[in-house]
Amino acid sequence: MAEPVGPRGATLRVVLRVLGRLAARLGGAVFVLWAVASVTFFAVRLIPGDPAQAVLGGPGSQASPEALAAVSSEYGFDQPVIVQYLTQLGRLSTGDLGRSYALNMDVGPLVLSQLGSTVLLAVLALTLAWLLALALATWSTRGGTIAFRVGSSLEIVAAALPHFWLATSLIVVFSIWLGVLPPISTSGVAGLVLPVLTLAVPLAGFLGQIMRESLQVALESPFVLSARARGESERGVRWVHALRHASLPAISLSGWAFGSLISGAVVVETIFARPGLGRTLLNAVTLRDVPVVIGVVMIVAVTYILMTLLTDAASRLVDPRLRLL
Amino acid sequence: MSEVALTVRNLRVVFGAAEPVVHGVSFDIAPGECLAIVGESGSGKSVTARSLLGLAGANAHVTADRLELGGRSVLGLTDRAWRARRGKDVGLVLQDALVSLDPLRPIGREIADSLRLHTTLGAAARVRRVLELIEAVGLPDPELQVRKLSGQLSGGERQRALIAAAIAVEAPLLIADEPTTALDVTVQAQILGLLEQIALAGTAILLISHDLAVVSRIAHRVAVMHDGRLVETGGTAQVLGSPRQEQTRRMVAAIPTDKPRGTRLSLTARPADAPGTTCALSTPFPRESTVVLEAIGLSKSFRRPDGSRQLAVDDVSFALHRGSTLGIVGESGSGKTTTARLLLALLAPEHGEVQVRGQPWSAAGEKTRRGLRASVGAIYQDALGSFDPRWNVAEILTDALGLRHERRAPQTTARLTTLLDEVGLAASALPRRPLELSGGQRQRVGIARALAARPEILICDEPVSSLDVSVQAQVLDLLDDVQREHALSLVFISHDLGVVAHVSDQIAVMRAGRIVESGPARRVFAAPQHPYTAQLLAAVPRLPA
Repeated sequence: MAEPVGPRGATLRVVLRVLGRLAARLGGAVFVLWAVASVTFFAVRLIPGDPAQAVLGGPGSQASPEALAAVSSEYGFDQPVIVQYLTQLGRLSTGDLGRSYALNMDVGPLVLSQLGSTVLLAVLALTLAWLLALALATWSTRGGTIAFRVGSSLEIVAAALPHFWLATSLIVVFSIWLGVLPPISTSGVAGLVLPVLTLAVPLAGFLGQIMRESLQVALESPFVLSARARGESERGVRWVHALRHASLPAISLSGWAFGSLISGAVVVETIFARPGLGRTLLNAVTLRDVPVVIGVVMIVAVTYILMTLLTDAASRLVDPRLRLL
Repeated sequence: MSEVALTVRNLRVVFGAAEPVVHGVSFDIAPGECLAIVGESGSGKSVTARSLLGLAGANAHVTADRLELGGRSVLGLTDRAWRARRGKDVGLVLQDALVSLDPLRPIGREIADSLRLHTTLGAAARVRRVLELIEAVGLPDPELQVRKLSGQLSGGERQRALIAAAIAVEAPLLIADEPTTALDVTVQAQILGLLEQIALAGTAILLISHDLAVVSRIAHRVAVMHDGRLVETGGTAQVLGSPRQEQTRRMVAAIPTDKPRGTRLSLTARPADAPGTTCALSTPFPRESTVVLEAIGLSKSFRRPDGSRQLAVDDVSFALHRGSTLGIVGESGSGKTTTARLLLALLAPEHGEVQVRGQPWSAAGEKTRRGLRASVGAIYQDALGSFDPRWNVAEILTDALGLRHERRAPQTTARLTTLLDEVGLAASALPRRPLELSGGQRQRVGIARALAARPEILICDEPVSSLDVSVQAQVLDLLDDVQREHALSLVFISHDLGVVAHVSDQIAVMRAGRIVESGPARRVFAAPQHPYTAQLLAAVPRLPA
């Protein structure tokens, strides 16, 4: 059916296709970073007040007009916005995130020092959410009608829980009533339990709904009937065939979910007084510390892009059909 | 008791509190024998087959006086005991191998599964056995095939892989549920040949099908199933040659192959039309020489995923005369459907043009064409997919009549009823949605929709391919009726040469985008000029003479 193609032509075509795909990815990533930097830059400008105030200790600092003018010219606030924007972009393109107005230190090291704690939180929450969702989906498709109804109701309720409410309730139950876990995130493992649970439960409900639906479709498909006709056990049917199909949509959504976990971290880190990007971002916004805000947002964007690449790789690992394209 | 591979006595299957789906079915199969259970959809044949594997469904209640695989009863087996016997004592081959093989796993793994479950072979021995099996089912290059995914194989190759998986541990009984239904005729013939070979090697085969002609090629015995009962069982030649039951006679009559144009295929309410007799209205067709639709040197190509171009339709020319039927036959990928889209001007040809009544059609602007669209109707294979699922039959037809703004008017209802009556449906179908209709009823609504605009020309793209043979017979008869009543000119596209030969005055045989042979249907069928036509003809399933 295909016209004869030499082996060299085919190899060249594959190499070109892979290169093309890489270029498209890289271009996409650069575009996302540019868009994030621009939107953040202009959004922070919309906050009323003089940024020079922020440098001199915030609106309450009663800095003298002379001091304000000096700071303005030092930081370039007296330049037209477009010049400030281009300067900022130029600096960002060399990887320089600038200096914090309020903390008087470089943004890069500041943000990176907070990154680990937030990423740990998000990765643990994503893992727990996956485990809970898998357990819930498996149990609810296996245990008959009642398990199915209970399972799907649990998923809907969990998916609808807001982080701040869940966090407060968990503190009331586990710290105040039972007194088994600290209400403030300490450095040990015990301090991680409640923040991770807060982030994981709503996500588990969401992922569980998706997994259960695709699990049901897979379990009713003819290839599962074929496998059963070969004498495959219920466990074999699930582990060899169905769960793989069921995990595909959930994997594609995990990139997005990771992003939502980082934004959830803003709430959770504040409630549990936990150091991390979320709290750094919240403080920076309150203080109008523009470089820190942009720095945090850029780092989050980079993690988000990396996470998307990872989920793509995971999809290709699970679904060999994607490797053929 | 090794002379009997399968014994079934008084098998009954009930779902919940409903009427039994299978009422007291009994049969035996000997080693090396092929028994075919033939019936329409819903007759209970698939449920019967699945009960033999203990897979009738979670809420199915299966009882029998005897149910023995290889002389050992499987009644009341626990789940674990069933698993030990499935795949080992009985193998299953399902219809559509694209979805019957796990699309995420290489076929080598799928084939090795039974070996992993039922033998003590080590990994290396399993690989060797899988290669042997792939070779045994006639796939070339076993080392290359084991790593392929089902999506990388053609329909016939997939079906072979599925058969390899089912015979991996040499189960004494193989159940094949519609194993060739989705395949082209030449591939179907090859798969049937493979099953015959497996039977010759001593495996008992239970073949499930809706098509008597297909099974007659390899079945030693045929059992006709209707409403959950076996109404007639006997040697293939005897059952097909002198059917005793009405149900069997109906199924034999429904086979279009080798029946001249105008022969009734179905028992219908119209009194004059008994199946097998030539229609009472069989005044010779008005053979007019007026050309209503003409294709002149049509070509169309598509871009492949790797960027090269594939010529789907290559210099295709033909003329359709008023009141006649032009049949276009070809296998999947031959360019039939692209031709249909070009004729409907849904695609623009790269070269050549389509003319309707001598006027430019494909070359005209869409605005001009829209005024003429009513004269060219279309009927599709997937009737269900061609309807808006939220609309009921009344809404579908009102829209086709162009009366959406007068849908409450009494004369609209009257027209809808007339239209349904023409296609043999009662007015009670009006409030129903496509999903609530059977396959045959849906295609009738599709025909009614096409007739609504009073077209002169109908383009039918595989209009009966997804239907049971008996329903196909009714729809073919219906098309014949409406053609006479409205003096319609038809382009009838199908992969089934038997069907095309039955309905057409002229035939064009397509292969790889080109028409390799064309001419009067009778001539092409009786004396094919091109070797490809001869090959297609030889593969058409037909009843033993």
